[in-house]
Amino acid sequence: MTSILDKSGFNPDRKLKIVGTSPVKHDGIDKVTGRARFGADLYLPGMLIGKILRSPHAHARIKSIDTSEAAKLPGVKAVVTRDDFPEIKAGTMAGDMTRNAMAREKALYDGHPVAAVAATSESIAKAALKLIKVDYEVLPHVIDPAEAMAPGAPILHDHVRTKGVKDAADKPTNVIERLDIAMGDVVKGFAEAEIIVEREFDTKPMHQGYIEPQACVAQATEDGQIELWCCTQGPWVFRDRLTEILKIDAAKIRVQQSEMGGGFGGKTGFYGEPVAVQLARKAKRPVKITLTRNEVFRATGPVSGTKSRIKMGITKDGVITAAEAELIFQTGAFTGSMFINAPQAMFTRYNLKNVKTVSYEVVSNRPKVNSFRAPCVPQVVFGVEGVIDELARKIGMDPIELRLRNAATEGYKTIYGETFGPIGFVETLEAAKKSDHYNSPVPKGQGRGVAAGFWFNRGGETTGTLNIAIDGSVTLILGTTDVAGSRISISMMAAEELGIPVDKVRAIMADTHSLGYNRVTAGSRTTFATGMVIVDSARKAITELCKRAAGIWGVPEEGVTFEDGYCRPASSNVGTFEPLTIAQIAAKTMASHGAIAGHSEMSVTGAGPGFGLHIVDVEVDRETGRVDIKRYTVVEDAGKAIHPLQVEGQFQGGAVQGIGWALNEEYFYGADGRLQNASFLDYRMPVASDVPMIGTEIVEVPNPRHPYGLRGVGEVPVVPTMAAIANAIGNAIGIRPQSLPMSPPRLLKLMDDAKVK
Amino acid sequence: MSKKHHITTTVNGDECDFLCEPQQTLLDCLRDELMLSGTKEGCATGDCGACTVMVDSVMVCSCLVLGVEVDGANIDTIEGMAKGNELHPLQRHFLELNGLQCGICTPGILIAARELLARNPDPTETEIRYWLAGNLCRCTGYDKIIRSVQAAAKEMRGNA
Repeated sequence: MTSILDKSGFNPDRKLKIVGTSPVKHDGIDKVTGRARFGADLYLPGMLIGKILRSPHAHARIKSIDTSEAAKLPGVKAVVTRDDFPEIKAGTMAGDMTRNAMAREKALYDGHPVAAVAATSESIAKAALKLIKVDYEVLPHVIDPAEAMAPGAPILHDHVRTKGVKDAADKPTNVIERLDIAMGDVVKGFAEAEIIVEREFDTKPMHQGYIEPQACVAQATEDGQIELWCCTQGPWVFRDRLTEILKIDAAKIRVQQSEMGGGFGGKTGFYGEPVAVQLARKAKRPVKITLTRNEVFRATGPVSGTKSRIKMGITKDGVITAAEAELIFQTGAFTGSMFINAPQAMFTRYNLKNVKTVSYEVVSNRPKVNSFRAPCVPQVVFGVEGVIDELARKIGMDPIELRLRNAATEGYKTIYGETFGPIGFVETLEAAKKSDHYNSPVPKGQGRGVAAGFWFNRGGETTGTLNIAIDGSVTLILGTTDVAGSRISISMMAAEELGIPVDKVRAIMADTHSLGYNRVTAGSRTTFATGMVIVDSARKAITELCKRAAGIWGVPEEGVTFEDGYCRPASSNVGTFEPLTIAQIAAKTMASHGAIAGHSEMSVTGAGPGFGLHIVDVEVDRETGRVDIKRYTVVEDAGKAIHPLQVEGQFQGGAVQGIGWALNEEYFYGADGRLQNASFLDYRMPVASDVPMIGTEIVEVPNPRHPYGLRGVGEVPVVPTMAAIANAIGNAIGIRPQSLPMSPPRLLKLMDDAKVK
Repeated sequence: MSKKHHITTTVNGDECDFLCEPQQTLLDCLRDELMLSGTKEGCATGDCGACTVMVDSVMVCSCLVLGVEVDGANIDTIEGMAKGNELHPLQRHFLELNGLQCGICTPGILIAARELLARNPDPTETEIRYWLAGNLCRCTGYDKIIRSVQAAAKEMRGNA
């Protein structure tokens, strides 16, 4: 049988009834009434409260931990330290994971867990933490990645030797890896250029900023079975990692995902979960751990900060001839930044032939970074799109026109080896060029900026089941976490396939016992990949429905077709029969022939790359350095917007996260290596009064590899944001900022130094 | 540990009581003692607004109020916003206009928005934005939240 991966059945002329509308999401009612259960909302009988003791030092050897007094406190039911976690070799993936969950030899950042307790109340748990005595040998620390690369810098891990460097010295370093990715010949490319621009940029780590702190409840039985309830972007990934670091059979760990109160990549890895499991195993009672916001800031996330040098050459008629980049990514205390995304994506969208990149990933005494929308890409696009704007200015070309002139199209072979199928970058740029925003005059005193972005979009391992009930209504079992509304979009695709109203479909997010493996919800893959799996499941159920109808009519299977929710005779030769609905077939045959269902598991391929262009108008207060976003428009190719309101929501939400990253969000570390602004008051995310309405324009260049043509839409909206805002500020004040955030004090200094005030 | 206090309150019209330690916040009491987990904790420092409730008709961050302070008070939470099967117009418009994505900030925003419309049935966009500036949302970029409030306000004015 031909796989849906080879033959999606995409038909651009198909008349769609449900896909492309915006029904109310089925999980919405619980969320507007307070009924929805998020990570912290599970209460079990006999449940204990777990609290984690964290290192106050950025870098310290843990000489000893004395928990005896804490264990004696009435109400304390379990205490765990590094001694309660299996020894796993440092420098392996599992070794890093267990050490991030609970420090072993050393505490590597302010906030690194060193011990934990479970007690009958939160106040007892907090009191117990104060009774734990940790003997630290405080070591010199390093926060900044460039300083961490310098000779003589404090070394975090004795085992690290830089990967990707031939004949690297056999001594410890903080540089985890050097990555060289190139195509063509940049020497020749730059020789062909008439104008070359080279600039340096730096960006700061920002936090994913989900409003729901990580929370979980673990329980363990005497015979070694574990149940874990948590807010996770990947229940199967959590389970498998727990198996690895705690040495428990995967079949004995059941992870149930809660509703998730925002993740944006930050909940793809675990924090308190292994600790809660170990406490529950010791206490033999359920243990809940809910992180405080302070813990979230000190020990989870953030996003990599970067330093970059970017050089591009162009001819006077606007052909970019070469691009070169040197990039440094801070990854926190452990590797895992996914920095390979940056060299692969930073220039991709332009029709470049000569590209050279060198990237470094560097550890320092900060929390291990975690994913965030398009991991590691927006940071470097901040620089690339600034250089492109400068090139456009130098040759006197409209910035969108320059991007159009160099836009990649179908058939372009990317630096990471993929050859583009049908893509919508040109259509996106054309839509932006024609937009009302771009064609309106820039208001006096303001500056306008544009920038473009790209994300691969992802597929990957996905499993799902579609069950038809006896009345013809349908339930879906999905394994991928719904982070913002994927359940309704996937339900819509199932309804469209089956020709039934979407109200007849309900989806649940399964636990890890109910389905096979599902990769994390990340990389804008879920609506695409799980949608594919469910459409495949629906088609399998339809095959069975046709078989049943054939049986009812006493005709061969191939004599039945399915159309608009009915099994019908394929032709008049088959005979004259009244079409049968799904409900009729189910009612007639389920008792005798069993359930009608479809199931599918696959590693989904065929994700369609996404492209966007942002337009922003800003006003800069010359006296305070404050930037006001006056108008913002996101133009992006969705392939096909399954649920347009949700697609707009992704565009708007991504853009406003980018506005925060651009203008305010930043960590402040003291000389002691401790985080100074671990609260929402001091870590300033955008509030409603900071931003305007965010205009959206959905471009639809279908991805034919998907049955409905969709591309992922969640990552691209943050990719060009900081660059677009910086370009706008540059046009407003005459000097383009090259470091983030572009906060009032930094912008004031920039204007003072450049004397543009 | 410290002696617990016996607190009697009215929550969403129902009389109820609970025991709490002196340092427990109203947020903790609602969630952990009364099992009303619709009110959310985002920060516990009064910065995010996810725990917004009404105490004697005053809008508060319940993480900044102690449980012992609400003895004899009337408390309104998200669980009391719909009447029977009838959603409040704000709840309905948030659903219809996609004013929520993950939904964790939604209970606090709905309580705050209802109070805004009680005080000002016809707020401007700017007034809505400043009123809700104490309620963080990381998913939506606020656009569809503002539009949902505007739509509900319009409907409620028409019904008045």
